[in-house]
Amino acid sequence: MPDYPRVLFKNRKPDRVATLDEYRESGGYQALEKFIGGAISPKEVIRLVSEAGLLGRGGAGFPSGMKWGAVADSSPFPRYLVANADEMEPGTFKDRVLLHADPHCVIEGMILAAYSFSATKAFFFVRPSYESSARILERELENARKAGFLGDRILGTDFSFDIVVHRSGGRYICGEASALLNAIMGKRPNPVKPPPYPTEKGLWGKPTVVNNVETLANVPHILRNGPEWFKSLSAVSHGTGTKIYGISGKVRRPGAVELPMGTKLSEIIDVHCEGMAPGSTFKACLPGGASTRFMTAERYDIPMDFESLKKIGNRLGTAAIMVFDHKTCLVGATLNLMEFFARESCGWCTPCREGLIYMRDLLWRIENGEGKEEYIPNLRMLCKEVWNSYCALAPGAAEPVISLLDFFEDEVRQHISEKGCPFHATADH
Amino acid sequence: MLPDELKVKLREVIAAAESPREKAIDVMFEIQELQGWMSDQAMVEAAELLGMTPLELEELATFYDYIYRSPVGKYVIKVCDSTVCWLEGRRRVVDYIASRLAIPMGGTSADGLFTLLPVCCIGYCDRAPAMVINKRVFGNLTPEKIDRILSQLAKNADFSGSE
Repeated sequence: MPDYPRVLFKNRKPDRVATLDEYRESGGYQALEKFIGGAISPKEVIRLVSEAGLLGRGGAGFPSGMKWGAVADSSPFPRYLVANADEMEPGTFKDRVLLHADPHCVIEGMILAAYSFSATKAFFFVRPSYESSARILERELENARKAGFLGDRILGTDFSFDIVVHRSGGRYICGEASALLNAIMGKRPNPVKPPPYPTEKGLWGKPTVVNNVETLANVPHILRNGPEWFKSLSAVSHGTGTKIYGISGKVRRPGAVELPMGTKLSEIIDVHCEGMAPGSTFKACLPGGASTRFMTAERYDIPMDFESLKKIGNRLGTAAIMVFDHKTCLVGATLNLMEFFARESCGWCTPCREGLIYMRDLLWRIENGEGKEEYIPNLRMLCKEVWNSYCALAPGAAEPVISLLDFFEDEVRQHISEKGCPFHATADH
Repeated sequence: MLPDELKVKLREVIAAAESPREKAIDVMFEIQELQGWMSDQAMVEAAELLGMTPLELEELATFYDYIYRSPVGKYVIKVCDSTVCWLEGRRRVVDYIASRLAIPMGGTSADGLFTLLPVCCIGYCDRAPAMVINKRVFGNLTPEKIDRILSQLAKNADFSGSE
């Protein structure tokens, strides 16, 4: 197996969480001591992270330095940071594995991110099924406070900052940044259409930055080792850093692996997941979570990075790779995804609330032998219409559907002509 | 009526917040921890503590998967029904639990111990099929493992006894 530098998973243990001491022994909290302790300006933090080319790991791939820089110098206080550990999209679990491996890496990243735009408080937003992660984090936050890394006057400087864990009641829409802010404020978590952006008016009308957990975890390493080092970690020249790929479905060994950004899909599956599950042949995968497009075996050698996937009209998303084998009915899989999205729609706007249920109904009919030819153009039309919705949930939901029709139209037609699912008898589902 | 000790605790939780309603979920979780679900009476009292109208709190209670506005069993079994669990046989898991407890999806067992519900992706796709019981996750489910988990929970319930 190729030996790549491990950064985020450096302290990962098979059976337990890395301690504060272990994190420090591996170089942890050095960046904090150097930058905050050494009074290096917040702008320098932003400059280095921008130069390193760190892109948000929560799905959108937005440049992190630019996001922090968007909080204007003149903007009011207090300013807030939010770590988004909602991670509710089907297939996505990398942030949980990271939190259970090395929580202090995330905590130090949050402190440094907060320093860059002078935030004094952060909310760590976590879903109910991650209660174990919430407890780990609360315990380790206390340890960080005892060590003087969090709280009033960190390391004796003028910078004060603390983190609270905010428990969600559990809904997918809460992962959407503006809905998440409403959720924290105890309002019904409907998305809010910008402008103003949260960096201008977020929590309680104050500047707020929302970052993904993995994004934040990269920050201490970038500051300690420099932008050039971070760029050199990538397998492709147009990418930067490492990436945690979360692989699930029909592979022999599902799980989260940290690899150079742009590692080929074939290597991820054949080497790091030890190949396909016994008796399974690769049919397709969703490369970046439920709101990306099916990718066929033709793309098996694609480098898994933001640019390479964009080039083929797909998205890296959260790099949650769901692998489907030759026995999987992709109409059934898409129906399952649409049931998720239709149920998780917050109901605020019509195209999403009504459109997704309509799409779900057409897919259900096709899967259950009531399909008609005209449903195919109907589904294509709906995939376009849902772009009129308020946030990215419904357009995301359309991605697997449009790719089902683009790449597996024959399979859809077979359901219609045979009046039922051709996979029904042999599959597990 | 909410017990006084609980109210004292809830007031402390709320006092730590930037604004009271920020703690709406925590307050409802605490009440559910004690009473299992959010009754109409509990909604009114919780709303008052949070400085919200009962209707405002209702907007949240009915929005979230983990807040219950009808009675549920001591243990709420939520079996993931999203893509990877679907692929890895969540149907068999649901059928097995339903037949073992002799309840349909959405039902509560006669002894009041277990409620069976579906839930969307719980973020344990690497251990599919998976389920969450009162916020504790169990993955790589097999009939033997389900037997062990449910027997253990039933036994614990006997010991704690008071319900």
